[in-house]
Amino acid sequence: MTEKQATRDAYGKALAALGQENKQIVVLDADLSKSTKTADFQKVCPERFFNAGIAEQNMLGVAAGLAASGKRPVVSSFAVFATGRAFEQIRNSIAYPKLSVIIAATHAGVTVGEDGGSHQAIEDIAIMRALPNMTVLVPADGPQTRAALKAALEHDGPVYLRLGRLAVPTVYGEEEPLTIGKGKILKEGKDVAIISCGLMTSVAIEAAELLAAEGISATVCDMASVKPIDRQLVYSLAAGCGCVVTAEEHNIIGGLGGAVAEVLGECCPVPLERVGLNDVFGQSGKPQELLDEYGLTAENIAAKAKKAISRK
Amino acid sequence: MAECKRENLTATEVAAKALEMRRMIIEMLTEAGSGHPGGSLSAADIMAALFFHEMNVDAAQPKMAERDRFVLCKGHAAPALYSVLALKGFFPKEDVFTLRKLGSHLQGHPDMKKLPGVDVSTGSLGQGLSMASGMALGGKMDDAPYRVYAVLGDGELEEGQVWEAAMFAAHYKLDNLCAFVDNNGLQIDGNIDCVLSPNPIADKWRAFGWHVIEIDGHDIQEIFMALDQARTVKGQPTMIVAHTVKGKGVSFMENQAGWHGAAPKPDEKDRALAELV
Repeated sequence: MTEKQATRDAYGKALAALGQENKQIVVLDADLSKSTKTADFQKVCPERFFNAGIAEQNMLGVAAGLAASGKRPVVSSFAVFATGRAFEQIRNSIAYPKLSVIIAATHAGVTVGEDGGSHQAIEDIAIMRALPNMTVLVPADGPQTRAALKAALEHDGPVYLRLGRLAVPTVYGEEEPLTIGKGKILKEGKDVAIISCGLMTSVAIEAAELLAAEGISATVCDMASVKPIDRQLVYSLAAGCGCVVTAEEHNIIGGLGGAVAEVLGECCPVPLERVGLNDVFGQSGKPQELLDEYGLTAENIAAKAKKAISRK
Repeated sequence: MAECKRENLTATEVAAKALEMRRMIIEMLTEAGSGHPGGSLSAADIMAALFFHEMNVDAAQPKMAERDRFVLCKGHAAPALYSVLALKGFFPKEDVFTLRKLGSHLQGHPDMKKLPGVDVSTGSLGQGLSMASGMALGGKMDDAPYRVYAVLGDGELEEGQVWEAAMFAAHYKLDNLCAFVDNNGLQIDGNIDCVLSPNPIADKWRAFGWHVIEIDGHDIQEIFMALDQARTVKGQPTMIVAHTVKGKGVSFMENQAGWHGAAPKPDEKDRALAELV
């Protein structure tokens, strides 16, 4: 039986624990602390928690000022608002001067659910990835979220940490260190390489099982470090398997699929199929209904894998 | 005990520095061929008073932990900042002639990664006061002795983020934060009242919970008195609304919106320098 945990829940707990060890950590939230789980940090380190109110642009600017004062600011809001409303503050106040601010955004992707398309970030990876100096981490599960937060805190420069609302199966039995710029092979195969991030990693493992039942051997690679992407690993997987499928809870434009396409186009042009939102916004519904609606399923990954194999 | 490198020059001495800054502003902009003279000249007295009288900064130790911080929210007035930093000795004076040129540490807008003495990078209007608030908050958390100074434009007040920061700084009682509005009344497209009026400026800041002082931004004594008063205010940030003249000191540039973002030609430079004596 696989344990389930939302990455936002793992984030809140990890932040509270790390915050007690590292007194330089300062947390800001935009009136969503109970949803983003920064309330866990507030409970144990109230003197280092500041509610910025429903004013995300200022919150990101204050974080920049704190970073310039030697603090380690971690800011949270929903992914739509953190990256969208405050995009230019992230660009000019944080990324341009390469200040070490961690933007830990929850409620990314369609699994936000009933709140609907206005609240479901499907473009956040793309816009964060396009910023020089920015690192983009999309952990698959609870243990990897803790590892990602630790890696982000040790990193010199801004980090976008993308988290979800929905409880997702645990992929990593135990916490393994996350190295920025490195992917992880979770399952080795020879016919197709599935490269995934976030909650789609557990779905990719399921897809590999479906394919195995049909005699197709798939590699599953967790690319939590979407930027910088592990170019060497993408190349070797493409060269070894001869085709690639990407899977992400994000627009197929500009996210993990886009990043992998860039590497393949330059280094190893093999057939590529991308699983993600097909350049559409989400809508209201239950998280699982939405995953099904947009083809973010093991069955669709398996179908795309077969299509990619057929194009070799 | 904190090291104090405050220069504490007299009003007469500060006025002389401001005059020198204005000459440098004209010269570097002429050499650059582009840039923003109007708002640099209007802020020169305020910045001369801050750097040569008020602030604890040291060119020999630009990252000194207990230094006072300065945020040029209206980053397009970079020539004013560069002139004062050069006069303070943060970099060689002749470097100002590399302004806006490829590879220069004097970027079109201030870049903290390239130039010593620049505490945060600015240029995109509306963002500076939030960063200043973050530095003030960081200082409060550490019980640090430093104060944070900021200069905003009046057109900049049209940016919504400024008012988010206004609420934040008042809510968290950042009394180590002292900002100026360089109220010269003009922005690129014309009079601020015609473009999108931020008036009444002082009343707005009062309503947002700030201690407000109104002064003539070209009267050095008034600037000193406002800074003295700001240091005594507890539990509130201070906003000094400084009434200024865009293009101050150069007759043909004064109160002309057209000089917001146009560099002087060589003959205009000569005419300007002839007046700045």
